Amino acid sequence: MKRSRRDLIWVPVFAVLVVFAVPWPLWGVDLVVAGLPIWIWWHIGWLGICSLLFWRFVTTGAWERGMGIDPAAEGGDRP
Amino acid sequence: MSVAVQLGIIVVYLLVALAVGLLAYRVTKATAEDYYLASRSFGTLVLLFTTFATLLSAFTFFGGPNLAFSAGPEWLIVMGALDGVLFAVLWYVIGYKQWLVGRRNGYVTLGEMLGDRFGSPGLRGLVAGVSLIWLFPYVMLQQMGAGEALVGLSGGIVPYWAGAALITAFMILYVVLAGMRGVAWTDTIQGLFMLSIVWIAAVWVLAAVGGLGSATGAMVEARPDFGSFGGGVYTPGFIISSAITIAFGVTMFPQINQRFFVAENGEVLKRSFALWPVLVLLLFLPAFMIGAWAVGMPIDVPEGANVLPVVLNEYTPFWFAALVIAGAMAAMMSSSDSMLLSGSSYFTRDLYRPLINPEASASREAWLGRVGVAVFATLAFFASLLRPGTLIEVGDTAFSGFALLALPVICALYWDRTTRSGMIAGVAVPQVIYLALVLVPTLPRSFGGWDYALALMVLSAALTVGVSLLTSPTAESDASRFAVASD
Repeated sequence: MKRSRRDLIWVPVFAVLVVFAVPWPLWGVDLVVAGLPIWIWWHIGWLGICSLLFWRFVTTGAWERGMGIDPAAEGGDRP
Repeated sequence: MSVAVQLGIIVVYLLVALAVGLLAYRVTKATAEDYYLASRSFGTLVLLFTTFATLLSAFTFFGGPNLAFSAGPEWLIVMGALDGVLFAVLWYVIGYKQWLVGRRNGYVTLGEMLGDRFGSPGLRGLVAGVSLIWLFPYVMLQQMGAGEALVGLSGGIVPYWAGAALITAFMILYVVLAGMRGVAWTDTIQGLFMLSIVWIAAVWVLAAVGGLGSATGAMVEARPDFGSFGGGVYTPGFIISSAITIAFGVTMFPQINQRFFVAENGEVLKRSFALWPVLVLLLFLPAFMIGAWAVGMPIDVPEGANVLPVVLNEYTPFWFAALVIAGAMAAMMSSSDSMLLSGSSYFTRDLYRPLINPEASASREAWLGRVGVAVFATLAFFASLLRPGTLIEVGDTAFSGFALLALPVICALYWDRTTRSGMIAGVAVPQVIYLALVLVPTLPRSFGGWDYALALMVLSAALTVGVSLLTSPTAESDASRFAVASD
């Protein structure tokens, strides 16, 4: 199967996920919210978002298409 | 009395792990693919937790809380970003591709994969040799961690060398017996154990100091800089270079890299990939925050001691503190036994057989691999007695050394035009420079918080691409070995 152009969106998505796992916009902020510094909450939320988007990446077939494989063919060995 | 009970708990724990290893030994077949890769048969739970437990070593369990204690909780961000997110992306880019070509061509090690692609036993040996060099300090790190853990737990009654010796003996025994299947089974148990125990510890400690709000309040009161993001050692340069060198380095660790080959099917890799960030966060958050909160607690952490056992001894019953230390020892062991197992496969398959004795029988190879494990671990044990740096320093050195391999490997995986000379230049030159930086103490290691290893990573990529463009592929190389397209 051809790599679909829509899959290319994952390249910037991954880049953003990696870069902002570090809460750069909160540099120097010392606000404490609900018992933890707010930038730690950012990080917790961000890793949750990462898992959700990673899940989307693998379930839409972009995972296989990214390697030039047909997801339907790979699906054959689904447990 | 309590020290005896604590040591008893740790010994019982080690014996349980050994029993699992023996069970695995009974089902392990006498083939290299089964001993080193458990015949590529792992499901999601085992793959996820064996990678997890292997990755999380003394560096994470003691080094991490120590750094959070001395420099602030930002370490959670650094480790979360690199292990949780960047490593996951590399898991796909390097790991999935390696799994695809490994399954097709039956590779067991990274060196074997590259050697086959480029038709070069020399490259195969080079990659294995470089990996073994950097594996050495990392095995040492686990022994140092174990020694320090028992000193902290027993209040100095058990000397440092005895803890290090205990873990060394145990891991040699374990690896020699169990092979990948046993290692992965105990990893799974240990991973689940660590995860639950560290959360119970956090809840216990928080309850004792009056809850989340007052723990953080006391932390900020004692060290106002801990509340704000950045500052101190956490410069942008430090954060970025640590995250990049460690995440890329981790993918080239023999014990992690070899795990890229072991998934039963693609679904297993996909599920593990998606669950990874949350799993990492679940472990790092309580472990590192206990370290950071400790600055606001009325406790006395002796110079050079690990903070985690001190906090636990203060706020939790002694048997629970022993359980956590057992968990940490488990973390170190699951890292060390995986390292030794992978190191042994690198040595026998990539160095001994192709370069020294191609005629070696399978039984001789298996025997040699096990002797190699014992020798390697014993040498690392003696080196660990010298305690050449802190856990973080020693770990960081190894991570950067491995990170220098990553970009040439990615190049080889994705760019058909990569040549053997390009690979050899891209691997060898940065390694020589980095070794010089590490071994010659007068040379600087970083500039304004930026690790020189980062520049050497760029150099490794530039050399691989540049030399590949200047040379032509050798007759023995075959880019189609890395093709995966199903059509």
